Amino acid sequence: MTRKLSALLCAAALVAAASACSSSTSAAGGGDATGPVTLTYGIWDPNQKPAMQQIVNAFEKLHPNITVNIELTPNADYWQKLQTEAASGTAPDVFWMSTTRIGLYAGQGQLLPLSGRSGFDNSPFPASLNSIYTVDGKQYGMPKDYDTIGLWYNKKLFDAAGVKYPTASWTWQDVIDASKKLTDPAKGTWGIASPDWTQENLYNDIYQAGGWVVSPDKKSSGFTDAKTLAGMQYALDFITKYHTSPTAQQMTDTDPSQLFASGKVAMFTDGDWDALTYKNAPGLSADVAPLPAGPQGKATVINGLANVIYARTPHAAAAWEFVQFLGGRQANELQAASGAVIPAYHGLSDAWVKAMPQFHLQTFVDQLDHAVPYPVSANTGPWATADQTILDQIWAGKLSLSAGAQQLKSTTDADLAKG
Amino acid sequence: MPATEPAVAGGSPPPASPTSAAAPAAAGARAAGRPGLARRVVARHGHPREWVWGYLMVAPLALGLAGFYLWPIVQSVYYSFTSWGAFGGQQWAGLANYRAFLSDPQLPKAAWNTVLYSLLLLASIPVSIVFAALLNQVRGRSVGLYRTLYFIPVVSMPAAVAMVWRWLYNGDYGLINYLLSLIGIHGPHWVSDGRFAVYAMALVGIWAVIGYNMIIFAAGLKGIPRHYYEAAELDGAGRVRQFFSITLPLLSPSIFFVSVITVISGLQMFDYVLLMLGRSNPALADSKTIAYLFYEYVFLDNEQGMGCAIAVVLTVVLLLLTAVQFRLQKRWVHYA
Repeated sequence: MTRKLSALLCAAALVAAASACSSSTSAAGGGDATGPVTLTYGIWDPNQKPAMQQIVNAFEKLHPNITVNIELTPNADYWQKLQTEAASGTAPDVFWMSTTRIGLYAGQGQLLPLSGRSGFDNSPFPASLNSIYTVDGKQYGMPKDYDTIGLWYNKKLFDAAGVKYPTASWTWQDVIDASKKLTDPAKGTWGIASPDWTQENLYNDIYQAGGWVVSPDKKSSGFTDAKTLAGMQYALDFITKYHTSPTAQQMTDTDPSQLFASGKVAMFTDGDWDALTYKNAPGLSADVAPLPAGPQGKATVINGLANVIYARTPHAAAAWEFVQFLGGRQANELQAASGAVIPAYHGLSDAWVKAMPQFHLQTFVDQLDHAVPYPVSANTGPWATADQTILDQIWAGKLSLSAGAQQLKSTTDADLAKG
Repeated sequence: MPATEPAVAGGSPPPASPTSAAAPAAAGARAAGRPGLARRVVARHGHPREWVWGYLMVAPLALGLAGFYLWPIVQSVYYSFTSWGAFGGQQWAGLANYRAFLSDPQLPKAAWNTVLYSLLLLASIPVSIVFAALLNQVRGRSVGLYRTLYFIPVVSMPAAVAMVWRWLYNGDYGLINYLLSLIGIHGPHWVSDGRFAVYAMALVGIWAVIGYNMIIFAAGLKGIPRHYYEAAELDGAGRVRQFFSITLPLLSPSIFFVSVITVISGLQMFDYVLLMLGRSNPALADSKTIAYLFYEYVFLDNEQGMGCAIAVVLTVVLLLLTAVQFRLQKRWVHYA
């Protein structure tokens, strides 16, 4: 009985594996945009799928000869799957792209350039976002949404300590002073959480100090620049000098956004994407203010997704129609109404801002004026990973900032040299 | 090293795969073999010969193994000599990957962590034997209940196991440090301090594998005839003497099997590093294993050729270690 069963199971597994291999080939179809065409649209966020489906429905109404199938792959598998599919010529016709991967995909000829196509218009999108998706002078991604960083604060802890809420005029010194007043070891609360996270914390501080991460020619990194060091020192001082932030180990064991959500931390620089988490956190009364100004003024890192076209799509014209629609007003309005992300299209963020009236979400939109593009290169992944390991050592106190900065520079420069 | 190979072949029990069941049938058919494929395949009375059925039966598994295990192994060896582009297109690179891996400054620490973890994991064997012996004393229906309880960690998702333990290990709010605080000990940050992380992971590894080992040892204990103990009792041997003179020697084949499996799984340790420590952790640099280096090269840095080289090195080391284990077993394993 058991042998028969296992033989059956083996056969079933084989059949399943074989059919999985053959089903991924994309539907071959007629010519560009003339006959009926089926496009595949690759995305990874299940929360945004309803909005994407509404956009697809609206697009199909305007283009009855084009059908769009949304292919949702969870983020954990998305890039692995996409890379394999791209290598074998079976990637979706249109798919989501992130800033850390655009250099690799565009640089290796996996994407169609969009700039230069008839009807291309990137003027509705933030210039900083357009610049991230421009590789070697050609724009490959149509911006979809964006995020910036704000200073989240716990109103209850501020009230209890008698500290005034952060405002747009705050500087680094104001944050330092407030963090000291808000730290209460007896109650186990800290003034601020300052982890070695790059997008949420360090990069912003570096730019506020007037430093830089990757040079405009993408050939060298600025970790040993005195201003860059000043930015990192500011973030590190909360732990080592003022003792107003939990240690690196404490923030590894308990995520700082959890510490903030549970009222253990009074201030935390974090992106707009955690607004929903803080809204739903029981007993948390929070709000958000602009990031403080550093020695060189204000700055926030901007990051965001874009829609791209696969270079080997058999339906380039139809895919371009779809991407233009995705970058249009109607699609961005549908996206904004869902409340999940800030649409990239200029002036359409109101619906998103109003989705959570208890927070001043307009802060994230207003900060566009000081937005600095998230630093990327032709292959961002390897040095971003290596940098994080070194930053972890600095934050844990196993490496001095100056020695660590040397390591950051040599490691990053070596990866940048590979192109 | 020619001396090891016969030892491997001679020492290993016959593989319990379906192939061995088909072998006698095939041999019989060969003896009666005559020219002509049709006559060889179909016997005189019109039915396919027995060996044809044998091969047909094992075909799904054999083809699956060949297609999804053996062929990828061959490919991995080939790719270990190439350098990969992110989207395919390999170039012959000779020994460059092996050179780069062996000169990676992270390698000595990772190798030591891997060995240390495997050695710690071997501690699960005496613990499992004790539990199995205790379970052997239990009579009645509750045996099934205990067996299930101990086996639950084995069938739990490593991701879920890691999540729960990560919470237990939390330096500020974890249950373990809370319990320690009750007896006046200020517990460390178990999974974010480089001095403790490997041991913390090994403890979870041991906890997770005890159920599996216990089932094997329980079966081994059942195979020891009762009258050996009765005879030993008549000779005046105490419980301890009985354990060391009867139980342990007769359980040695099970112990040997479990130790081989444990070393193999220990050297492949990866999941707890990623899931319990995560990709940003001050303890990570001190706790990486060989398999985690493989993950970093392949999935974070897109260096698939390098990943294949690591896999080949790890496989060779595993084969050698297993060969050594098989050679040593002659000295201490007793097949009754």
